[in-house]
Amino acid sequence: MIGSLAVVLFDGFAFGMLLFVLSVGLSVTLGLMNFTNLAHCAFGMLGGYAVVVAMRSFGLPFLLTLPLAFIVAALVSVAFERTIFRRLYGAGELNQVLLTIGLVFVAAASTAYFFGTGQQPIVLPHYLQGYVEWGGLRFGSYRIFLVVMALVIAGLLVLGLEHTRFGARVRASVDNQRVAQGLGLDVDSIFAITFALGSGLAGLGGALAIEIVGLDPSFGFHYLVYVLIVVAVGGLGSIGGSFLAAALLGIFDVAGKYFVPDMGAFLIYLFMVVLLFVRPVGLFGKR
Amino acid sequence: MRVETTASGPTQTWLRRRSRITAVEIAFWLATLLPFVLFPSYLSLASQIAIGALFALSVDLVLGYAGIITLGHAMFFGIGAYAAAILAKHGWGEPLTGLLVAALVAGAVGFVTSFIIVRVQHLALIMITLGLGLLTYELANSFSSVTGGTDGLGVEIWPVLGAFDFDLWGYTAYGYALAALFIGVLLARRLVNSSFGLALTGIRENSARMPAIGSTYRVHLQKIYVISACMAGVAGALLTETTGTVSLDTLSFQRSADVVVMLILGGSGRLYGGIIGAIIFLIARDRLSDMNPQYWYFWIGLLLMAVVLVMPGGILGGLSRLVRREAR
Repeated sequence: MIGSLAVVLFDGFAFGMLLFVLSVGLSVTLGLMNFTNLAHCAFGMLGGYAVVVAMRSFGLPFLLTLPLAFIVAALVSVAFERTIFRRLYGAGELNQVLLTIGLVFVAAASTAYFFGTGQQPIVLPHYLQGYVEWGGLRFGSYRIFLVVMALVIAGLLVLGLEHTRFGARVRASVDNQRVAQGLGLDVDSIFAITFALGSGLAGLGGALAIEIVGLDPSFGFHYLVYVLIVVAVGGLGSIGGSFLAAALLGIFDVAGKYFVPDMGAFLIYLFMVVLLFVRPVGLFGKR
Repeated sequence: MRVETTASGPTQTWLRRRSRITAVEIAFWLATLLPFVLFPSYLSLASQIAIGALFALSVDLVLGYAGIITLGHAMFFGIGAYAAAILAKHGWGEPLTGLLVAALVAGAVGFVTSFIIVRVQHLALIMITLGLGLLTYELANSFSSVTGGTDGLGVEIWPVLGAFDFDLWGYTAYGYALAALFIGVLLARRLVNSSFGLALTGIRENSARMPAIGSTYRVHLQKIYVISACMAGVAGALLTETTGTVSLDTLSFQRSADVVVMLILGGSGRLYGGIIGAIIFLIARDRLSDMNPQYWYFWIGLLLMAVVLVMPGGILGGLSRLVRREAR
């Protein structure tokens, strides 16, 4: 019993780490520009399909395709940001929600057209398959890899935001955009770069998700709710908040499905509504 | 329930002028009778449209007029639908009281949730409406002994007013749904052309300034939210009564999203926006139903993006701009 609990907790934590990689970019960009980008997971899906194409058509090894997923999602997203999204900064959430949800519809339909509606499985390299035995318990190798990746990313993000000049600029722009602009920071291009990095992380998340949750054209929709919960509960612009919220959500989701399959999703939504009622800015949000 | 009314003459005259019935409106309502004569084989589709329009109108009241972004309004639609179905299941299939009960139940839930809604804004508001909608869906799914779970419920509905049986062709269904829509529009018309309606528009435009001119904006928002919940509940009950069945998809996120799409296409913040949107959306979906639904959403998505980028105000907004340009 204790053993299965430990494995469930670990699987939940690994799923949470996946959600963290998928959602942290949205948290930062939402905090920065107040742009409600519901197409964030569509960029994640793009990353996933980039991996599928690269592995199947070009025979690239899995680990090499991961940076590719990041780059493709980042480039495509920044193209959208420069041409379409930026027109809607300050246009109200409703317009942003509608535009980006329209984009999700289009992305899902186009993907279904080109790749079909089925799941897109990939074959992992052998060193990521199977289990690691530890204290009589078996932990999935891929999940360990996932957790390590997420921790490295979280570390890099914290380092980058806290200890680099660019990070200081991003933080200044999040805290007070107008003052940052007044001090001569080019908030516009800071945002474009941050947006590309955030969407790139989503693309990486989409690539990492294939083995855990699968990849099909509904990905952009299906995981949107999870990602939004992480962002709203964690608090906009807070990496620590996103990390904690993602870990909690992942653990509760997996444990809920395992122990109370009838009520799992219900409890998560209830928890979110109650938390946002008590703290509308989320756990670590500032405003 | 105190509504700030200014008794001064000019305001009254102005409001009355705004609420004057136009020739276009009369022509529109006469045209809604055409399906009885011209397309008798499409009456069930027509009644679906009338129900969708009433639902879109209820969303328009909160989203278009009061500016509350809701992605979970199907919860009230579904609660109304299940209220009417459960009532009929327990031996009371009278349709009009069914509508009343549905309105009351949905309104009561709307009242309770309205305390949460007025507390939050921005992303938290979107997430709470979305979360409440998903929550209701999961609840209905869990209590399958009451709701029938994924199978849904089939119910028997008595004739309307004891005289008009729900027929196979949908004459009664369309007439009944159309009458309900007509009453709903009259009600909404009266609401938005009152000082209360103006206060709502004020909140939508700038919620920080409304308290400064002495308007209790939270109470206003709660009121319109409850009214809208009742109206959505009635729309749900209409669907149950005209089709004789209810299923979980009345509560689904898909329905919440579709109704917002209808409203935006037609033009939000306009009385007839939701109605026009529902007509176009549902007829298009019916015509294109042989198409794979995934491709149908490609066009919907493209339309949404186009409306946001080049045609803010939807179809009616675009038309009224054209008319104004002609008049100049």
